[in-house]
Amino acid sequence: MSTQRLFRAGRPGADVLIRGGHLIDPRAGIDEPHDILIRNGRIAELSPPTQPEALPAESIDVIDAAGKHVFPGFVDPHVHLRTPGQEYKEDLDTGTAAAAAGGFCAVVAMPNTTPTVDTAAVLGSLIEGAQREAHIPVGFLASITRGLQGDELTEMAELRDVGAIGFTDDGKPVVSAGLLRKALQYQRLCGGIIALHEEDPALSADGVMHEGAVSARLGLAGIPSVSESTMIARDGALALYEDARVHFQHLSAVESVRALAAAKEAGARVSGEASPHHLTLTDDKVRTLDSRFKMNPPLRTEADRQALVEGLRSGVIDCVATDHAPHAVHEKEVPFEQAPMGTTGLETAFAALYTELVLPGELELAILVERMTAGAALYDLPTPRLSVGEEANLCLIDLEASWEVGEDGYVSRSVNSAFHGATLSGRVLLTLAAGAVAYRRPMLVPDAARSGAGAGAAGSEHR
Amino acid sequence: MSSTPMPRHLISIDDLDRSGIERVLDRAESFAEVSGREIKKVPALRGRTIVNLFYEASTRTSSSFELAAKRLSADVVSIRSAGSSVDKGESLKDTVQTLSAYDPAAIVIRSPHAGAAQLVAGWTDASVVNAGDGKHEHPTQALLDVFTLRRRFGSLDRLNIWIVGDVSHSRVARSNILAFTRMGADVTVCGPPTLLPRHIEALGCRATPTLERIEEADVIYVLRMQHERMHQSFVPTLREYAARYQINHKRLRPDQLVMHPGPVNRGVELSAATIDSEQALIGEQVKAGVAVRMAVLYELLVGSPVLAAVA
Repeated sequence: MSTQRLFRAGRPGADVLIRGGHLIDPRAGIDEPHDILIRNGRIAELSPPTQPEALPAESIDVIDAAGKHVFPGFVDPHVHLRTPGQEYKEDLDTGTAAAAAGGFCAVVAMPNTTPTVDTAAVLGSLIEGAQREAHIPVGFLASITRGLQGDELTEMAELRDVGAIGFTDDGKPVVSAGLLRKALQYQRLCGGIIALHEEDPALSADGVMHEGAVSARLGLAGIPSVSESTMIARDGALALYEDARVHFQHLSAVESVRALAAAKEAGARVSGEASPHHLTLTDDKVRTLDSRFKMNPPLRTEADRQALVEGLRSGVIDCVATDHAPHAVHEKEVPFEQAPMGTTGLETAFAALYTELVLPGELELAILVERMTAGAALYDLPTPRLSVGEEANLCLIDLEASWEVGEDGYVSRSVNSAFHGATLSGRVLLTLAAGAVAYRRPMLVPDAARSGAGAGAAGSEHR
Repeated sequence: MSSTPMPRHLISIDDLDRSGIERVLDRAESFAEVSGREIKKVPALRGRTIVNLFYEASTRTSSSFELAAKRLSADVVSIRSAGSSVDKGESLKDTVQTLSAYDPAAIVIRSPHAGAAQLVAGWTDASVVNAGDGKHEHPTQALLDVFTLRRRFGSLDRLNIWIVGDVSHSRVARSNILAFTRMGADVTVCGPPTLLPRHIEALGCRATPTLERIEEADVIYVLRMQHERMHQSFVPTLREYAARYQINHKRLRPDQLVMHPGPVNRGVELSAATIDSEQALIGEQVKAGVAVRMAVLYELLVGSPVLAAVA
């Protein structure tokens, strides 16, 4: 790839020995305890676990990972970092720090900012910001239409030249099939994934939650499932007709999973994502009228949730994406109908899915790990891999550790987590992204007895 | 009288079980007696403050809450969004926290948004009474409707009640389905399919798009048909709505009773003759409003099962 599409602040390559952790990387065919030696940010050695007494000769940071798990770093193709213009919710610093705290080694930011990322100038300034502030590599989607207005295409080719991974009007659908078709045609010139937020505004109308028994009880206007699935069916057909590469964002309904499966079956080059909250929560949560559970698409029924899990398991849904959507406290502390849509997700994604899907036996751990890293390849980004010679992109997780979400606050600037107060299993202890230590849990200080002289500063990378 | 403890707030009919509803209604009976006296006042809430916070236009509900509080001898502050700092963009939370500085015993709130009363309850030490939140609930309306029916029939057990009209946009419908079924009635909702929410049966009622079997009903509870619904194509015209759903003497049996939460669109959901007929309980509903709201405030704030406090 000639154009660089992921950006971060310069950081020294790590020198670290992670000893005795259980490595799982389905792509590399690993599922066993191993030591990983990282030298200058690259995986230098993978070897059967050594005895604790066997100290490395030279000064190196040694982390005892016995009983813990090491996974390839997660990749999130869908986050809102709120920069430029809404830095009171999140910025490149806090958002990428939150991602690192969740085990992510790369994230892709959405362009529905103020102003919209719809010109090379805005994108260029964002890239410069990322090169100063980002703790992990971050990539950017530019908008499909100017100002997300759905009227005119952006200068897609120039945006790609500057570094856009692809295009989306996320937060809104591209209502005009004719305009979307032109974007799909233009993709042949400029490349780049086209990611779609699917919703028919005429069907969603003024809906604020899933249309079903709970909305009937609460007297809230509903967003029917078919608002999403009919648009996926339409745009799957367009993608096939134009042979375009299209990604469907945040699927929420059983009908949508069927529409995606049908488009794939027909031969369209389409993929799809689902969020941890749609995979684990239902509209029953909205009964409390707590605005933390207001998001778009909305939480739907248990049948929808099960269809999403089955889609993720079978591969109809290709990857997990958090749709991390931070909002300020005062924005969410209003009646449900007035609150903005969205929940944060980066810090809880793995733990929520591990606790709610893997532990009860709904999904295998190895499949979860694959789906949390699959977003990279879908967006033509390098896939993190636990193999010798690869740049170190990995996370160390204690699956046994249970924690209450929010008990220590959040790394994100915002606190609007749909999982706030939940007790989850699986705590991220360490994240290496692009070869550098991006997150280290405060209590995970190097064991002085085993560490070389002062190598690898103790303590947290962030607060 | 039941000894079930009263909740601290009345946000939803779900806050009251059957005995809780009966307790409020029994109390309301004694206050109805007070309303018949020349001096219609009791000292139950003397020295205590009640704030009425109305973010939406209201005649019946706001006036009856104000009167209820005054007849209980409380000090009353009534705030309407027009002309208040709400108009200047103050958030609900800031408004409530400001008003809470006056140490009110209760805040009565009407809001165009579902869940507003529940939010307020989290921001104040006062008891909160929901006087209507969006299309969600209007529990005191349901209580006064149950009160009116209980006076007429003695009990709602096995009473067949039809709720007719725009169920989708009606908080009265939701609270009444819950309250009527809780008191033992069989409830059917009827209206244009565009105005019956999908899965409304989950509230414990039947749903039908036609008045064909309206003769089954003992009581027909008619909802207000708002003119703006026409513009959103929920119904093609008010004329067609009236032709299919208007309750009038061609459709009524002489022994069926008619209720309406007000304000009525004469000639739309109800014929003018029906409104003014002996079969309409609309005036009794309004009259019940003060006694029932006195009972709600009293039970939330005093709550002792001792009736003597009233006298």
